[in-house]
Amino acid sequence: MPELNLTSAPAHLRHGSSIGQPLTRRDGVLKVKGQATYAADNHPPGMLFAVIAASSIAHGRVTSLDVAAAKRHPGVVEVMTPDHKPQLAIDPEIKTNPFVFRMEVLQSNEVRYANQPIAVVIAETLEAATEGAVLLAPRYETLPALVGLDAGKSYVPPVVGVGNPTENHLGDVDAGLAAADKKIDAIYETPAQYHNAMEPHAIVAHWDGDRLQIDMPTQGLMLSLARVAELFGIAHDKIHIRSPFLGGGFGSKGLMAGPPALGIMAAKLVGRPVKLVLRREQMYGPVGHRAPTRQRLRIGADVEGRLTALDHHARTVSSTFDDFYEPAADASHTLYAAPAIRTSHDAVRVNTGTPLFMRAPGEATGSIALESAIDEMAWTCGMDPLAFRLKNYAEVEPITGKPFSSKALRACYDQGAARFGWAKRSLQPRQMRDDAGLLVGWGMGTATFPALMFQAQARAVIRRDGSGAMEIGAHDMGQGAWTALAQIAADELGLDIERVEFKAGSSDLPDAGIAGGSAHTATAGAAIHSAGAAVIAKLADLATGDERSPLFGAGNTGVIARDGRLIRRDDESRGESYTEILARAGVAEVEARGTGAPNPAAMEEYAMHAHGAVFAEVKVDPELGQIRVTRMVGAFAAGRIVNPHLVKSQLFGGMIWGLSFALHEEAITDRRSGRIMNANLGEYHIPVNADVPPLDVITVEEHDPHVNALGIKGVGEIGITGSAGAVANAVWHATGVRVRRFPIRIEELLTQR
Amino acid sequence: MKQFEYVRPATVAEAIAAAAQPGATYLAAGTNLLDLMKGNVSRPDRLVDVTHLDGLDQIERLADGSLRIGALVGNADLAHDAEFAKAYPAVAEALLAGASAQLRNAATVGGNLLQRTRCAYFYDTASRCNKREAGSGCDARDGENRTHAVLGWSDSCIATHPSDFCVPLVALDAVVEIEGRGGRREIALDELHRLPGNTPERESVLAPGDLIVAVRLPAAARGFAAHARYLKVRERTSYAFAIVSAAAALRIENGKIAEARLALGGVAAKPWRARAAEDVLKGVAPTADAFQEAAWRALADAKPSGDNAYKIELARRIVVRALTLAAAGTPARIPALPASPFASTSGAIHA
Repeated sequence: MPELNLTSAPAHLRHGSSIGQPLTRRDGVLKVKGQATYAADNHPPGMLFAVIAASSIAHGRVTSLDVAAAKRHPGVVEVMTPDHKPQLAIDPEIKTNPFVFRMEVLQSNEVRYANQPIAVVIAETLEAATEGAVLLAPRYETLPALVGLDAGKSYVPPVVGVGNPTENHLGDVDAGLAAADKKIDAIYETPAQYHNAMEPHAIVAHWDGDRLQIDMPTQGLMLSLARVAELFGIAHDKIHIRSPFLGGGFGSKGLMAGPPALGIMAAKLVGRPVKLVLRREQMYGPVGHRAPTRQRLRIGADVEGRLTALDHHARTVSSTFDDFYEPAADASHTLYAAPAIRTSHDAVRVNTGTPLFMRAPGEATGSIALESAIDEMAWTCGMDPLAFRLKNYAEVEPITGKPFSSKALRACYDQGAARFGWAKRSLQPRQMRDDAGLLVGWGMGTATFPALMFQAQARAVIRRDGSGAMEIGAHDMGQGAWTALAQIAADELGLDIERVEFKAGSSDLPDAGIAGGSAHTATAGAAIHSAGAAVIAKLADLATGDERSPLFGAGNTGVIARDGRLIRRDDESRGESYTEILARAGVAEVEARGTGAPNPAAMEEYAMHAHGAVFAEVKVDPELGQIRVTRMVGAFAAGRIVNPHLVKSQLFGGMIWGLSFALHEEAITDRRSGRIMNANLGEYHIPVNADVPPLDVITVEEHDPHVNALGIKGVGEIGITGSAGAVANAVWHATGVRVRRFPIRIEELLTQR
Repeated sequence: MKQFEYVRPATVAEAIAAAAQPGATYLAAGTNLLDLMKGNVSRPDRLVDVTHLDGLDQIERLADGSLRIGALVGNADLAHDAEFAKAYPAVAEALLAGASAQLRNAATVGGNLLQRTRCAYFYDTASRCNKREAGSGCDARDGENRTHAVLGWSDSCIATHPSDFCVPLVALDAVVEIEGRGGRREIALDELHRLPGNTPERESVLAPGDLIVAVRLPAAARGFAAHARYLKVRERTSYAFAIVSAAAALRIENGKIAEARLALGGVAAKPWRARAAEDVLKGVAPTADAFQEAAWRALADAKPSGDNAYKIELARRIVVRALTLAAAGTPARIPALPASPFASTSGAIHA
């Protein structure tokens, strides 16, 4: 990989604080010129192409593969099958930790879901490998496929999400419902959805003796490295993974899945570098997805519209061989101040690839159901949906009783509603029309996402030439880590961003944890903060302890790092440059390491969440049922905003995802075969530009002294929550038809004229 | 990918000879064929690339007042031809409602006529499909079929023809010029595509080697320019096939409909000309009641082929709307969201 040539437009060169500045992304020029090297852009000498043959049945076993026919095809070098493959060091079915998922790496002839890898063809060209995979002409013994939310006997999983309790209780829900003046009891369904990152999962694997070089997009460099190490029985320091850019991940590139492992196995089998890239339809199976849900919400309220009880139950699915449960009902823990709350989950097993984290896992599915139900409850109480939400505003986190570390949701409601013009909304549905006679509806939803922190390390350097470096194995999925984290690094090192060499995206750098849970900027940023403070402290020691320095003796007063200089905190006229300090000390550079981690004491004391309010306008053709979102306003409070420009882009993306959730996205599974019938971007609908209205994002000022040293809450996922419900509620307000199955289809709106 | 022969004939005669061989198929822009090949749905032995043939990319006004559109004219080029859009506004609107801007730039007039169905079971090679493999069965029949045919389907096949372009063309009595081994011939576009019956694998009346060289719109087609619209209901604003679409064209004289043309898309294995509906509109005033009656006539023979009964009611409503829009008059400019129920909403730049 050539040195990255990151740039900033001259207009964005700044002095003083970098944090808070709307820098454009520093990798932008590389990307628009096609010079950003994604994993599949690597072509080491002698590289072969590997193509997966995927199962067309969802359950059964492979009884034959015509390996000879594939091998006869010109250009085919090898065919890797369960009978002919390198041995792994451990059984891939063993879960060595909770972040390990069972994967299909040709360990048997058994088929557990459609699109499961059943062989790998390795050839001199992509075309030859592709045809070789066809010529395998697999035969199967097919068993009945388990499909859908009623596929079999339900059970209560031990945990949902990442170790969340399956059930939670506060107060007496049954008593609360019994005492309620108004009640609703409604069932909402959400479909299976697939991450569909623009960049398919890809790997270029290159064995050099016992060393392994990997190019692979990953949201978790060290998690992936550890999994590769245990699968192949090699030491961590023999493996190098490069992942400078991801073309989206959304959770599907967080954990090592089967296909990249097959690429490494293929390279081992043939003794040459191998590239393996999933075809689009092959992403619908082995690399995770969002499980479908069926959610029942029972809500009670008193005569004044105060909640008396909130009962949220979610049915979901997992695979027949592993466990991941979409924690949809947990969305009801934090938002509304019901005195009695019960959340619970159950599941059935189906013939599917194991579900996984997908952008706002649980929060997105739970939010569209909860926000729809709250909207229904407001209507039942005869109240404006915003007034109803304010009436039930949670001053402390309902399920735990803990105070919030910060919560500017009221300001989000106020600012969002004002910008949208919510006050002019009619209470009754189907009251508003535009000049062309189209039905107009306004809906809203509350957004929320937990402010999480993981663990990360960083290494900071200050050099005698006055420049600095910050090294951290962070991940840029497109969200802008190359820019936002470099801004934090610049401030922590007291340098202009152009004077900081920021290194990321490689496993030989300090562990940055994972880019997930909307926590990467907070976590990696905290590590950068800590490393920067440590290296500045070392530099300060050199100066304040040296009587030749104008800073001599300032140790107790303290110094400030700014513009490549240290200056006395109590007398800014006294200071000297980093270059002067290091030159006099006769050292080339000083370096220090730092760690970012959650603060258990603060977590014990406070509930930590980002919040927001989303307002949507839809128009619906009264006869034809076609829906169009015409306006969206989102106001979000997510602590400190490192780069407003990138944050707005993140929130735009989330809001569009919410629109997509309400109106477009759905994996259509054949009810008999268990095959996904729309595994391509032509038929798996996401919004196109023409579906996306002008979006308005307000970032609401919020100071949070508790979440982490930088006060960052994260914005990667919250934009989906609230938005999906807002669009769904707007459709109801436009039409008077409450659709509880998502995405909302045209035929549901044809019932009424 | 299967290895195949690629030939680039210099003349139409050479092309016909090359494409008449078993396993050969014509390649124009490939916007559908290449996807089918990548998906292993089509496995031709030979591609006969016609994109370099001379003289097939012209739009000509003929002496008799008809318009001849060469088969290699690009969809976008045709739609953006100002004179064409003025004379045949519903056709231009349909073209601009199809696919995406990128696909329209590549796709050709001839190729559009011969695009294959979008039935998911046709594309899924593990499913049974009588169209893809004659006699294998139809997994769509009891499968996920909410967008499938409601007219002209059979137990062998419930797929629909996906073209937008063909819908106003068939309404306007377009004629297809064909060169084949037996020389040149022409047929009505309405006769090009076959209904499935027991042989859904035979999608058109073309014989091996037949090459569509032009589409002709007769002189009378211009007579509808003042009252012609295309309307398409779909699941997103662009880059989605019609659930149901309709082309409506009226010739209004002295407040009465002198002649009506109506065709439906997304409802059958061919663009569906609704002649019975046209008949009831002839000579009557363009009223809501008349349009309702026409809609009932247009869908009189419709029946669900699966979870798609709603498409019949939707089609009726689309017919009424399309006729209403046509009666109101062709807009001076094609809307930014062509053929969309939201064509009248502001804010969009283009779809």
